[in-house]
Amino acid sequence: MRARACPGLRYHSATLGRLSHLPSPLPMTRPKTPHLDTLSLHAGARPDPATGARATPIYASASFVLPDSDHGAALFNMERAGHVYSRISNPTCAVLEERIAALEGGVGAIATASGQAALHLAIVSLMGAGSHIVASRAIYGGSHNLLAYTLPRFGIETAFVDPRDLDAWRAAIRPATRLLFGETLGNPGLDVLDIPRVAALAHEHGLPLLADATFTTPYLLQPFVHGADLVFHSATKFLSGHGVVIGGLLVDSGQFDWDGPRARGKFPTLTEPYAGFHDMVFAEESTTAGFLLRARREGIRDFGACMSPFTAFQILQGMETLPLRMARHVDNARLIVAFLATHPLVEAVGYPELPGHPDHALAAKLLPRGCGAVFSFNIKGTRAQGRRFIEALQFFSHLANVGDAKSLVIHPASTTHFRMAAEDLAKAGITEGTIRLSVGLEHPDDLIEDLSRALHAAGKT
Amino acid sequence: MRLVVAGSEVYVYTGSKPPVRTQPSVVFVHGAGNDHSVWALQSRYFAHHGKNVLAVDLPAHGRSGGAALPSVEALADWIPDLLDAAEIDRAQLVGHSLGSLASLECAARHPERVEKLALIGPAAPMPVSEALLDAAQRNDHVACELITGWSYSAGKKLGGNQVPGMWLTGNALRLLERTKPGVLHADLAACDRYRAGLESAARVRCPTLVILGARDLMAPPKNAQGLINALPDVKVVTVPECGHALMAEQPDAVLDALRAFL
Repeated sequence: MRARACPGLRYHSATLGRLSHLPSPLPMTRPKTPHLDTLSLHAGARPDPATGARATPIYASASFVLPDSDHGAALFNMERAGHVYSRISNPTCAVLEERIAALEGGVGAIATASGQAALHLAIVSLMGAGSHIVASRAIYGGSHNLLAYTLPRFGIETAFVDPRDLDAWRAAIRPATRLLFGETLGNPGLDVLDIPRVAALAHEHGLPLLADATFTTPYLLQPFVHGADLVFHSATKFLSGHGVVIGGLLVDSGQFDWDGPRARGKFPTLTEPYAGFHDMVFAEESTTAGFLLRARREGIRDFGACMSPFTAFQILQGMETLPLRMARHVDNARLIVAFLATHPLVEAVGYPELPGHPDHALAAKLLPRGCGAVFSFNIKGTRAQGRRFIEALQFFSHLANVGDAKSLVIHPASTTHFRMAAEDLAKAGITEGTIRLSVGLEHPDDLIEDLSRALHAAGKT
Repeated sequence: MRLVVAGSEVYVYTGSKPPVRTQPSVVFVHGAGNDHSVWALQSRYFAHHGKNVLAVDLPAHGRSGGAALPSVEALADWIPDLLDAAEIDRAQLVGHSLGSLASLECAARHPERVEKLALIGPAAPMPVSEALLDAAQRNDHVACELITGWSYSAGKKLGGNQVPGMWLTGNALRLLERTKPGVLHADLAACDRYRAGLESAARVRCPTLVILGARDLMAPPKNAQGLINALPDVKVVTVPECGHALMAEQPDAVLDALRAFL
């Protein structure tokens, strides 16, 4: 009776948060479920029982007092629930973890020091040396570095595939494969990951699908509804929304059966006794959240890439306005895409809502609320003209980030993707003239004026 | 641990501890559409505090094979078979919801096998709404949503889970979604049809603990009053601001009540 096995089930599940434009088809006797907008403000948080503080307090404490020896021992041994030490869990971070789990429709989450830490935590919780990953080749340069250069040193290899080529995904799967990984919207070409088909392929082979949902956030896409098993975010981007912190979130759907017939034997970290925690078998300890148990009880404990409660507080503030901001981000992006698509100095605007984009139809299906606010286009002309364009911009800040309330611009070939060879750049859809924008919340007329002026400057010979 | 009970393989969670002959044994019996993992904290505590724990996946649930048992009475007669398979003469029974009815009936029918009885979220009778039964019969996801929506107090539906980072209702929904077709309906129909609760309660000879959630909508506390009145040796603990999913909503309150009793 899994959610994805119910084609009639829409975004009205008890935990997914209803999207306001979809009327509930169920009778009034059905329990009320908060909308996504409401969960963005309230999920995980309650007025502080000690002080009545309405905002989630920053629990800036490394440790938490153990009421007595027996209670303390029970906390350490997972016989009681609670906080012990802020590397393992922290009350402020826990509110954030519950909130993203609620928005994604998952069973829980772990807040990490960065999005990269979340990706690393997912991988090392599932596999060790000798394992293999199949990943989309259209991913963030930092993720590509981890998979292509760093993890092989620890015995984990990755095959990169064209995310649009299902046969390539299939052909790349080996007996040692333990994970399929892609971004909901590829970086920087906005390749739309066909989550239903890639997830089905993964499940056919007893493997989970991990999606980096940073560009979409739960406002635009809930990957678990479409079959993904794990999701992570760089919360630095749209979730926090103001470019003030670095943080990551790893979310478990609770849908994958780690000990199921097709997966059996592939995930000993979850299905065999772990000597590092009293021979706990994580998938037996928690039927739905064995993955998160392992990730917290080993990965966060031992690798230690936890989130600071100060960071969690900032991200919580951002998430309160996520639906408002994302709607405006998308509105602004659409207006700018329309402007650039007809500009004589611009070619190849890569936004999936444009009819010429290879994923236009898929985007209409998976991303009806919009394709986000990060996209790329190519400037006609020389590299020098591209440089003049960036330097002439006033409101678009030239920096290496996306998902800020302020508009941003970057030249991927010389920055985020500079370690990639020209051939790999081309495979990822990047040219020397590619410009990536992250459209912010300024008035769209001002942004279009800014772009128009910069294009004029670039066009001067 | 895996046992063969009545010809089918059954999974039993033991807290990663082997049984010790000299220790008392506690059997945890889950409710409709659930499995052993709803007892995670409580069962692990007792496994590491001097008890042999058998948190069972009932037939056709979780990791257990076999077919779903069709009635509370059938479940009550199955529990002694489980004890036989585990080579245990007498055990303390802890049941939740449907599991509380099965444990109650077992204590009435097989008093020689039951030392103590703890009923969590019980009611007698335990009628199930027609909408829920219908949805479960159709294997419709709505059944999972109704149970999840009705099983938590209003405050906990927005979070504040005692287990860091876990989203209570999401976890509950995912567990129900794993139920094999037909099993949830069999469980709910067994609850709905069970009528012997008050008579059986009067036949119980062992000490009994009843733990109620003050905000329980699935098995409202007032529906347990007849049981409480009929049980000859009973203690009652009511957990304030708590719905039907007591072990998840208020794990420490449930554990502390069980510790004081078992």
